Amino acid sequence: MKIYKFNILVVAVCASLFLVACGDDDDNGNVIDLVTCEDGVKNGDEEGIDCGGTECEPCAVAVDFSGNWVQEDVMGRPGINTVFGATNEIKNSYNVTATSDRASFQQGFQDQLELYHDVYGDALGVDIDYETNILGLDAATFTTVLANFDALQVSPTGQTVYYDGDTGVALTGRGIPDDVIDVSLTLMFGGMNGDRFDGNNGTPQLTSDGVDFGDRIVGAFPYLEAPNQ
Amino acid sequence: MKKTKLFAAIGGIGIAVLSVFLIAADHVDAPSVAGQASDIADFYAFQGDDPSNTVLIATTQGPLMPGEQTNTAAFDEDVMIEFNIDNTGDFIEDLVIQAVRRGDSMYFFGPYMKAAAGLTSTIDTQQTPSVVKISTSDDLEITIENGIKFYAGPRRDAFFFDFERFNMVASGAVAPEGFLPPGEATDFFENLNVLALVVEVPNSLLGTAPEHIAVTAGLFPPGALPNSYNMWVATKRKQ
Repeated sequence: MKIYKFNILVVAVCASLFLVACGDDDDNGNVIDLVTCEDGVKNGDEEGIDCGGTECEPCAVAVDFSGNWVQEDVMGRPGINTVFGATNEIKNSYNVTATSDRASFQQGFQDQLELYHDVYGDALGVDIDYETNILGLDAATFTTVLANFDALQVSPTGQTVYYDGDTGVALTGRGIPDDVIDVSLTLMFGGMNGDRFDGNNGTPQLTSDGVDFGDRIVGAFPYLEAPNQ
Repeated sequence: MKKTKLFAAIGGIGIAVLSVFLIAADHVDAPSVAGQASDIADFYAFQGDDPSNTVLIATTQGPLMPGEQTNTAAFDEDVMIEFNIDNTGDFIEDLVIQAVRRGDSMYFFGPYMKAAAGLTSTIDTQQTPSVVKISTSDDLEITIENGIKFYAGPRRDAFFFDFERFNMVASGAVAPEGFLPPGEATDFFENLNVLALVVEVPNSLLGTAPEHIAVTAGLFPPGALPNSYNMWVATKRKQ
């Protein structure tokens, strides 16, 4: 740390006074004598070897990371457990089942997907079933993807997005501005064209909740905005 | 007639369907974790500003009200937040990035292969952790070490959803036309916060991405989707 600061000073001095006359090697000797924080000796007001006191970085605190840590919650794609877990018991169970071991949840997910449509159909006195969605996935396949493969697929190359209606790119990540609610609603209720229950022709609006990223911005790291005050 | 029936039906669908949406992507998703430090709100994974990096974000304990609730929210020292990376396509984690709070700092281990994949994790204490001081509303702390960037602290919730309209839809025939159009809908999360962990890691530390699962599963033709890691986030409590 101190060497680093001193080197900056040396470079600054070189740049301002000596210009090209300064070389890399002329900070030896006259620097090391000044440094106590990296000499492997507890000296000055150091609280430990090369740490603590007024000059050096704080000493590392002994921290304990032992033990077994057991899973309580998990998330891959947004909304999966919340939307397709039919009961509290299923939701709790899903959270403590390994991501690679979720095949047993598929049928329940499919039943739930169909139930959503049945409730609607029953009220109308007609039979309404889930319709193959815009990704071309029928009910069994769609819910297999949801249950068995519940992770974000993340491409290390190119666009990373949940679904981009403009480019058609899908399932390559989840960006902060991605409208995952509208995507999820559309995949569930939009049918093969994405507009099955879109509020037109006497249908309720079930494919979009009407809100978007709004006035939020995605800045530099850590990308999320400072907290609302 | 038909329209009326449709509108009546939405009351039913509201209760049966939309109530399960609850309030967010994973916020308060299951009773056993609701209201706890282990409750995951959201998970994001995307290409960083440096395109050779991937950004992983986990948000927890949402939604938090601005002010005191946000300022007093804290990561639990007994709850590990663990990013999982499968780079072989079997949905078993090959690499993890583990984060645990100690005092005023968050300690990160990995990406590395933990002792055994599965629901129970241990931390390889032989590894040297990267440490970032936990930020506050007024103090942004970032650590960059070995090419990896780390952040832990409160941020604005980036999740957007018309939750209040949802409640009306879910309460019966109060909102028979479903969700509201843009301009009339309200983003419930706009002024709320979460506790966030953000890690930006060079892809070179994540191994080679496997074939995209949707291609492997035969849902898309070869080449239709780029090779992709499978990633998820878990919270794990110390026993």
